[in-house]
Amino acid sequence: MTTETHSTTEHGMSNAGYVRIAAILAAITALEVATYYVDLGSLFLPSLLIMMVVKFIIVVSYFMHLKFDNKLFSWVFYAGLILALTVYGIFLATFHFFS
Amino acid sequence: MTADSHVDSHGAAHTSTGLSNNKLGMWLFLGSECLLFGGLISTYMLYRGRVGEGPRPSQVFDIPFTSVSSFVLLMSSLTMVLAVSAAHKGDDRNTYLWVAVTALLGATFVGGQVYEFTAFYNEGMGFTTSLFSSSFYVLTGFHGVHVTVGIIMLMSTVGIMKRSKVPGSKAETVEMIGLYWHFVDIVWIIIFTLIYLIPA
Repeated sequence: MTTETHSTTEHGMSNAGYVRIAAILAAITALEVATYYVDLGSLFLPSLLIMMVVKFIIVVSYFMHLKFDNKLFSWVFYAGLILALTVYGIFLATFHFFS
Repeated sequence: MTADSHVDSHGAAHTSTGLSNNKLGMWLFLGSECLLFGGLISTYMLYRGRVGEGPRPSQVFDIPFTSVSSFVLLMSSLTMVLAVSAAHKGDDRNTYLWVAVTALLGATFVGGQVYEFTAFYNEGMGFTTSLFSSSFYVLTGFHGVHVTVGIIMLMSTVGIMKRSKVPGSKAETVEMIGLYWHFVDIVWIIIFTLIYLIPA
């Protein structure tokens, strides 16, 4: 049986690795909060959104183990996420949210 | 594990996909939860400027306080992943310890949310004050309920595991709850940025 057919795959990270990931997440959160107090001008919104997406991907990939798990789990989850982004993107556009 | 699927000594699930049905079901559930929270977040984004006679978001939000709450929830994800790691190693003592710490951090977050809601209410922001307040309370309230359900699941799991009444793999049970807990955390990552840090 291949490793991909295991229900509990090798997670590939030590506890020290998880602590390092958490430290990175904490640092990004600190940067996010800093943007609230520092005037970044036109970079404010893009920088916040990028940091939000980076944190999201780090938690999903490492803490939720999608990076190390069977790809079917990734497909199932990201399908729901992309569907939500599409549906609500259209919803907000309908109400002229972006204009 | 369901009746028609089992995990062998190597952790392989005997199912048609070769994957744990429980785990696949949990990921499907989390995918569907994206639609639930997507709807609530979109509705808030649409109504956040509709404050009527009530206070504006920038007048009531306490960013330092919410930042600490966010940090607490983020750290609960670390303790949860340490619990899952201990469970996979068969280390029951550390599994119980990290699960309990996760529940405690979750309870701290929920306590902070109750305090925040009370402070907002005292500042004149009731549930029906404006479209902004209604959509805010529904969104963050739903998230708070999810955290509370997670805490109940964590504490129940410790109780059930201590009585050795967990059907199937203990590690998988902890991992399932861990997936739910991390999802609640990533939803807060989005809420914290879009609702609190980006002004209306």
